[in-house]
Amino acid sequence: MGKMIYLDNAATTKTAPEVVEAMLPYFSELYGNPSSVYDFAGKSKEAVTNAREQIAEVLGAGRDEIYFTAGGTESDNWALKAAFEAYKSKGNHIITTKIEHHAILHTCDYLEKQRGAKITYLDVDENGIIRLEDLEKAITPETILISIMFANNEIGSIQPIKEIGMIAREHGILFHTDAVQAFCQVPVNVDECNIDMLSSSAHKINGPKGIGFLYIRKGVKNRSFIHGGAQERKRRAGTENVPGIVGYGAAAKRAHETMEERTKKEKELRDYMISRITTEIPYVRLNGDPVKRLPNNVNVSFQFIEGESLLLMLDNYGICGSSGSACTSGSLDPSHVLLTIGLPHEIAHGSLRLTLSEETTKEDIDFTVDKLKEIVQNLRNMSPLYEDFIKKMKK
Amino acid sequence: MYSEKVMDHFQNPRNVGEIEDASGVGTVGNAKCGDIMRIFLDIDDETHIIKDCKFKTFGCGAAVATSSMATELVKGRTVEEAMKVTNKAVMEALDGLPPVKVHCSLLAEEAIHAALWDYAQKHDITIEGLDKPKSDIHEGEEEDEEAY
Repeated sequence: MGKMIYLDNAATTKTAPEVVEAMLPYFSELYGNPSSVYDFAGKSKEAVTNAREQIAEVLGAGRDEIYFTAGGTESDNWALKAAFEAYKSKGNHIITTKIEHHAILHTCDYLEKQRGAKITYLDVDENGIIRLEDLEKAITPETILISIMFANNEIGSIQPIKEIGMIAREHGILFHTDAVQAFCQVPVNVDECNIDMLSSSAHKINGPKGIGFLYIRKGVKNRSFIHGGAQERKRRAGTENVPGIVGYGAAAKRAHETMEERTKKEKELRDYMISRITTEIPYVRLNGDPVKRLPNNVNVSFQFIEGESLLLMLDNYGICGSSGSACTSGSLDPSHVLLTIGLPHEIAHGSLRLTLSEETTKEDIDFTVDKLKEIVQNLRNMSPLYEDFIKKMKK
Repeated sequence: MYSEKVMDHFQNPRNVGEIEDASGVGTVGNAKCGDIMRIFLDIDDETHIIKDCKFKTFGCGAAVATSSMATELVKGRTVEEAMKVTNKAVMEALDGLPPVKVHCSLLAEEAIHAALWDYAQKHDITIEGLDKPKSDIHEGEEEDEEAY
């Protein structure tokens, strides 16, 4: 096998060398506990404060509104569970969408079944974007929280976050957004969008795994979720993951600084790839919005073939991608996102997500599309669905 | 995730294709669940020996590999011997499957049975131990799904 072409950057990214370098001293040299009094530990505390500032700056937030967590999933759990606890005297209704990450969907399911919450799951249009009038209609006097993802992890569709924020503000409802895929990929400003809480994760932006944050606007009564010591303004106990936090700060600063140039290049390559795939391979469709789309996201469905076999064949050539096929999720159903945008099961099974990085080149894209053409044809030649389709065409 | 044998049969599947005027054809599974297998048999009417066996599969790596292995296991055998090719035999021949993929081997066994059933129906014979296949999908069932 030759070189690897990594096109699964929505799953995780390579930790950038400068990020690793920034983290290293905080393992074996500056290992002090930020809560300790002596000067040596003060260095760790300073590093944490510095990272908090670096992140706050990207969001246009205050540094005391950033709370470090173990990642996006924890942030989502915290935002929903704690907000529900804190505001349940006002009402028990939460509005979210059918295309959220499981960290939101399964938390909502828990709140509904175990805590007496009422959840409205909004539909999306065929491009994976909510209709604002659906949101307006779903609001009741009992609604305490709207949680809508900034951008979708599978099909890359970007929601009208500013408009959602305005609606939430008008009705005096808390607004949380899962921005795990959007942070540092598209401009995110918490004040402009009236965002009250925002979840994010470092490893999606060339930071380390196991570190994330929840932004909580000052004044939001979101209480502690992990109980213990007084870390994170008594809201998230546990000794800080200092190297992780430092890495996250460095990654956010880096990704923010390079965002404009990087995403411009990614968008060009993304559109080039989409155009080659959709013009050179028959019976294929693009999933997600062609324009309101994450800069690095390509998601297509190939009719008559199944996603896992496609991924295994691509892997033969060192190409790493992912699929919404059931076989890759361990369940019988394909991706809930693809089904929600209206794809029939068998077409959802044939989906492929390729997510680019700053390191992706045009040569990588060309090589991938060339191989994809071969693989898709080979798998179709093996497919009884294709055989039936061709016979029907000939009739 | 997969054994070397599974990967080998997935990457170099044996007996892919169709048999024109096959003695028996069986299709099992459904597109909704992501697996469809179709098996073609060419059977000698005198000896009941399976002279040739081909397959077409829509599905994951395990679905392709189990189809491929199943065709290898029944080729050259008599109809009666082919009835003894169970999902367990297919799995063992592939050095095992991950637990979530065991259903693929069941599907392969069912596909063979469905093709044998078709053969038995056409020739008005009874094959011992063979019941009408349960998950044979009917052609045209998915016709409402439009191509794009």
